[in-house]
Amino acid sequence: MFGKLTWAAIPFDQPIAMVASSVVALAILAVLAWITIKGYFPYLWREWITSVDHKRIGVMYTLLALVMLLRGFADAIMMRSQQALAYQSGGFLPPEHYDQVFSAHGTIMIFFVAMPFMIGLMNFVVPLQLGVRDVAFPTLNSVGFWLTATGALLVNISLMVGEFARTGWLPYPPLSEIAYSPGVGVDYYLWALEIAGVGTLVSGINLVTTVLKLRAPGMSYLRMPMFCWTTLATNLLIVAAFPILTATLAMLLLDRYLGFHFFTNDAGGNVMMFMNLIWAWGHPEVYILVLPAFGIFSEVVSTFSAKPLFGYRSMVAATMAICILSFMVWLHHFFTMGAGANVNAIFGIATTIIAIPTGVKIFNWLFTMYGGRIRYSPPMLWSISFMVTFIVGGMTGVLLAVPPADFVLHNSLFLVAHFHNVIIGGVLFGAFAGYTYWFPKAFGFKLHEGLGKASFWCWTIGFYLAFMPLYVLGLLGMTRRMQHYDVPEWHPWLIVAAAGAAVIMIGIALQIVQLFVSIRERAALADTTGDPWNGRSLEWATASPPPAFNFAVLPKVSGNDAWWSVKQHADEALEDKPDYHAIEMPKNSPTGFVCAFFATIMGFAMVWHIWWLVAVGAVGAFATFVVFAWRDEDEYVVPAEEVERIDRAHIETRCAGSTAKEQTA
Amino acid sequence: MTAVPLASAQAVPRHLAGGRHAARSERGPAPKRIVVGYGFWIFLLSDIVMFSAFFASYAVLVGETAGGPTGTQLFDLRSAGIETACLLASSFTCGLASIAAGARDRSWFSIAMAVTCLFGLAFLALELKEFISLIARGAGPSRSAFLSAFFTLVGCHGLHVSAGILWLLTMMAQVFAKGFRADIERRILCFALFWHALDIIWVALFTVVYLMVAGR
Repeated sequence: MFGKLTWAAIPFDQPIAMVASSVVALAILAVLAWITIKGYFPYLWREWITSVDHKRIGVMYTLLALVMLLRGFADAIMMRSQQALAYQSGGFLPPEHYDQVFSAHGTIMIFFVAMPFMIGLMNFVVPLQLGVRDVAFPTLNSVGFWLTATGALLVNISLMVGEFARTGWLPYPPLSEIAYSPGVGVDYYLWALEIAGVGTLVSGINLVTTVLKLRAPGMSYLRMPMFCWTTLATNLLIVAAFPILTATLAMLLLDRYLGFHFFTNDAGGNVMMFMNLIWAWGHPEVYILVLPAFGIFSEVVSTFSAKPLFGYRSMVAATMAICILSFMVWLHHFFTMGAGANVNAIFGIATTIIAIPTGVKIFNWLFTMYGGRIRYSPPMLWSISFMVTFIVGGMTGVLLAVPPADFVLHNSLFLVAHFHNVIIGGVLFGAFAGYTYWFPKAFGFKLHEGLGKASFWCWTIGFYLAFMPLYVLGLLGMTRRMQHYDVPEWHPWLIVAAAGAAVIMIGIALQIVQLFVSIRERAALADTTGDPWNGRSLEWATASPPPAFNFAVLPKVSGNDAWWSVKQHADEALEDKPDYHAIEMPKNSPTGFVCAFFATIMGFAMVWHIWWLVAVGAVGAFATFVVFAWRDEDEYVVPAEEVERIDRAHIETRCAGSTAKEQTA
Repeated sequence: MTAVPLASAQAVPRHLAGGRHAARSERGPAPKRIVVGYGFWIFLLSDIVMFSAFFASYAVLVGETAGGPTGTQLFDLRSAGIETACLLASSFTCGLASIAAGARDRSWFSIAMAVTCLFGLAFLALELKEFISLIARGAGPSRSAFLSAFFTLVGCHGLHVSAGILWLLTMMAQVFAKGFRADIERRILCFALFWHALDIIWVALFTVVYLMVAGR
């Protein structure tokens, strides 16, 4: 009846897992109770859960990422304290638990923090920057988000019911094969990522089509803001790379469930084929994460230097060059495979070549700042810290790209330091810059600046304290994923790293406080103009928060920095009296949520081999789509008078807001 | 503000941009039919990337028979040839269905779709028969890495055809219940693209899996 699922799946004997999962379960129950008591559920259902508005979906993606960041960071702080304590002792985490913690940390941080954060920002911003009303496929967009949430949910269910993978963030066979990992941990990992991967693919198709087919009149490719270009590159990578992940994980699933021999030790299976396939996805994935961040920095640096982006065309070329090169370097993740000196040399050289377009970008940002009137607001601070930090991370990457050096440093903490250096310093700092930069656009008030700066300094200092020691430890010969060790030279460095993690924790706490304080003081922090930073691209041309239809009249674009040039010609623009028309907008739909509900059931049933429940999930998901396809009205109309009323109100508050600004200045 | 160079200095005058004479890339949002078709093409490309991963794994593992039977010993070219003929014929009738949909002819649309469905089912039946006979001869997917890769590659295509048939039946029901509405027409367009793409993949599969073995 319930497959492999019994009461033994609940980890009653492991106090840490039990307490953690109970706290999470209680927190979820408390939030649900609060929503029910306050009667917020109908509002949430109507305005958020069933919403197909790209802005709402973007906000929900970002929220998912922020919540998962707390979970992933909890894992991080456990690992850092374990290693600080485990000198000639067992520490407080037994090996089987420690292995799950580092696997969950990597999986969550990449797939459920970095990815949704970036996809959320792209979803929110790109249609606004392109000057259009929506994305290409609004309902599919909602499906994509909820499937990502399903993946996150399955990973977190594994905390309470069963176990998570002990195989690292990429489940290398043969360890991940059924013979060596007979538990359900790897299955949780595989089904969570298969389902979330479909969500990511859907969102990639949606955003590629949006950028290529939906742009305001006059916005040719070379007039798009830089963030739209990096979005295009990122989503092209998603479309080209994620199917490889889906296929590879499917092969591992077939090995585990049906006794296939893709990656087994016996019957002709080929373990190294897994490494090749997974990194053919995995290396582009790195750029899927970092390219949107590059776009955010481009927007932020140009806005806060009050200058157009230096070398726009070279930036576009560099972005697309990285997009292509990212598919040509996967083998550098396993130089030690023994492919031979020539193969390693080719991939080593290809890897170092990526430093060239990346260097172009760094110089472009520096030249954008040069001679500009720089405002050191938090988004700009994150960008500057990124430039310094990312250069360090990039340099160590080039070092690792040299095969002989890699043979020494492979699988050491030097590598761990390198990729945290680029992912935290590049992706996460970019996400935070984007979060602070676009927050007023999403909610109509800014985030508290003082707390933002305090958090920024904690993160930056904490990052250097936590990860620079890992470079040293790698050079001292410490390999990654060690549960305990006996080398006295390592101990002090690991204590420093743990202290760094504690400083980062203060930074995260300050971010939470910042959010609450900003909501409390939202009247004082309000942005009535819709353009709080004196921005340059079209998202600042509309109200904060924007109306459901984004723009009352589609903007006409005649150059780069479209909104900036409108502001330069404000006197002319006033002469055009907008011609308001009725607007058709897509209707909300529960399809995404219901579909994800069935996907969750199916994933869970697959993990525990409850076959009848798998069938229920599959039939339910198919039925959901048929019901969706059967509906007769998929759009609602906003009448022209309503559009005009909303737009006039916005123009009035904007004028009032800018007069007030001039008076204070 | 005066210190800032004007980005719009070299820009096209306002009245020229976005008008009828504007470049294709400056004409504003594309119509829905274009957007949907374009998006579906991108999905198909991603699907082909997924198949390429299975093709690659087949190419890597084709010699790994672990002492078991090889493709030359197992494959029935005649049966695979009939499968190919069924699928190609179904693509032709699927094309007829598209023409019927364009002509708003419900009965011809239904007939052409039904024939497409029958060809698809015949293809699936032959494939299933091949799979069952292989497993009965002890050449199932767990026999060797070669057979794992074979069953996965061919089976993945078969799953796509099955999904296509489900989709086909849904489209027939939709046209029957609602007629050729704009959104249903867009779905018919996507379905046709999907069905033809499966043909293209099968042509590659037939070549790589069956013909290249026969040539040995």
